[in-house]
Amino acid sequence: MGKTVVEKVLARASGRAAVTAGDVVEPAADLCMSHENAALVINQFLEIWQGTGREARIWDPSKVAIIFDHRVPAESPKTATNQKKVRDFVKANRIAKFHDIRGDLGGICHQILPENGYVRPGAVVLGTDSHTTSHGALGAFAFGIGATEMASVWTLGTALNVEVPATIKVNVHGRLPAMVGPKDIILHLVGLLTAEGANYRVLEFHGDAIRDMSTSGRLVLCNMSVEAGATSGIVPADAETLRYLRDEAGVTDELHPVQPDPDAVYERVVDVDVSALEPQIACPHTVDNVKPISAVEGTRVHQIVIGSCTNGRLDDLEVAAGILRGQKVAEGVRMLVFPASGRIYTQALLKGYLADFVQAGAVVMNPGCGPCLGVHEGALGDGETALSTTNRNFKGRMGNPKSEVYLCSPAVAAASALTGMITDPRHRVAGGVR
Amino acid sequence: MSSVVLTLGDDVSTDVIYPGRYMATVLPTETPQFAFADLAEFNAKLKAKQIQPGSAIVAGKNFGCGSSREQAVSALKGHELVIVAKGFARIFLQNSVNLGLELVEVPDLDAREGDVLEITADAVINRATARRFERLPLPAARAEIVKAGGLIAYTRQRLLATR
Repeated sequence: MGKTVVEKVLARASGRAAVTAGDVVEPAADLCMSHENAALVINQFLEIWQGTGREARIWDPSKVAIIFDHRVPAESPKTATNQKKVRDFVKANRIAKFHDIRGDLGGICHQILPENGYVRPGAVVLGTDSHTTSHGALGAFAFGIGATEMASVWTLGTALNVEVPATIKVNVHGRLPAMVGPKDIILHLVGLLTAEGANYRVLEFHGDAIRDMSTSGRLVLCNMSVEAGATSGIVPADAETLRYLRDEAGVTDELHPVQPDPDAVYERVVDVDVSALEPQIACPHTVDNVKPISAVEGTRVHQIVIGSCTNGRLDDLEVAAGILRGQKVAEGVRMLVFPASGRIYTQALLKGYLADFVQAGAVVMNPGCGPCLGVHEGALGDGETALSTTNRNFKGRMGNPKSEVYLCSPAVAAASALTGMITDPRHRVAGGVR
Repeated sequence: MSSVVLTLGDDVSTDVIYPGRYMATVLPTETPQFAFADLAEFNAKLKAKQIQPGSAIVAGKNFGCGSSREQAVSALKGHELVIVAKGFARIFLQNSVNLGLELVEVPDLDAREGDVLEITADAVINRATARRFERLPLPAARAEIVKAGGLIAYTRQRLLATR
């Protein structure tokens, strides 16, 4: 019987000839990622070892990555002290894949991991962040776990009691219209599947629209797979994956892409034709409350956010800068831009995109999660509305339960910044918006 | 017996259970004060210890969706609440098993605030309506962790079994 990508990855990682959806396995971890919540992982890790009479020891520090991104620079003494504790632990345990708050090497974990070549096709990647699903864009099986579970993996090197997930095959066909992109595809898909439609399942992406898509776009699809409840999104590795890893991530060692068998068993097959897709908007307060832009055009917005692990990459900034160039952000609108990493910030600086943003009236912030999770920047006032390229719009997400968040693509965000209302980027005309 | 002290709908996210702005607080001893911080009235009752340990929160599908933040579990566990829902998001369920928060999955559940629930191994009986609802078992693979008393204890057992 044919196998899906996740079945093949988990068979290899748990030392078995073959596994099938529903089997319980203990896969070896290839990469373990944490951000600021490493502070809690460390706490739980030390508790595991306490009373064993042994000295606490990470099974393989070379497989642990820690990236500060959620609250950078620290917004409070508490965060700063936690970050200091993590730094001390990193040093004492010789964790080399550590990305501190820096303008060159820092950034959001879900960009830092791919761009540094830490993620490989066929790998088992665990992260104490729900958007760890992102890394399936490189053909890995990547999933989010809690801090205590990570402490367990740091101790034993394996994830305990993992059920092999069933897989939903998603065929994406057709040529994307202008100003419609990967974000619109995944919003449409989450709306179709609903917020729990892929709970305990993997979304495996296929089709000509995926083959034509850059790794940057595939990261968007896999990133937001979790918004349909998926354990992971996976794009089987192909020529584009290898190009990205060799040319952009600088990987030189041997790679082992994993392909599904032609007769792999899928729980369900979903077909999406994108050739007539409109820009999509997720409306408050759930990510699956998705509407075509025509249904919400004209909605007044107070804050525009471009960035995050979903849409803070160079191609996202390029599209947005192209729309804003020579124009002005509308009065009464605050526009915040967060490049996803220091590397992307530098590239956008050299290409002039950051100047386009600043001259239009946007505020360019340092790489990091920014206002996405309502922790320390860009909070909303009572009754205010944000339009954001981030991935969640739950009540209170941007720091205020009395505010609303709409989710969209970078093109929609940029076009809307010029008008102060949700605006279809396809309706732009020279010198402004129709 | 568990009294229903709060009823919620579908897709209750971890942002509602434990808002992101309190994520700098990580220790299970400190997180309970921020449980449902944006539901000010309920949060105040929790902090004033007006909610009895063992009380039930009743919710719809996909409870705990969103972020993997473990604070959402430790905050509820700290108040010894029982969560009875039509379904749970994967990471939240896993975190609850790992930390020992009691989850009761009942797909057809019908209960209101003030009702009293009798929770057994395979069912929930709503004493107010005398209706019985089937309870789904936890995913099979979780039983060993529950038996050990949580993932810290289970991992310690596994660690001590090596070498």
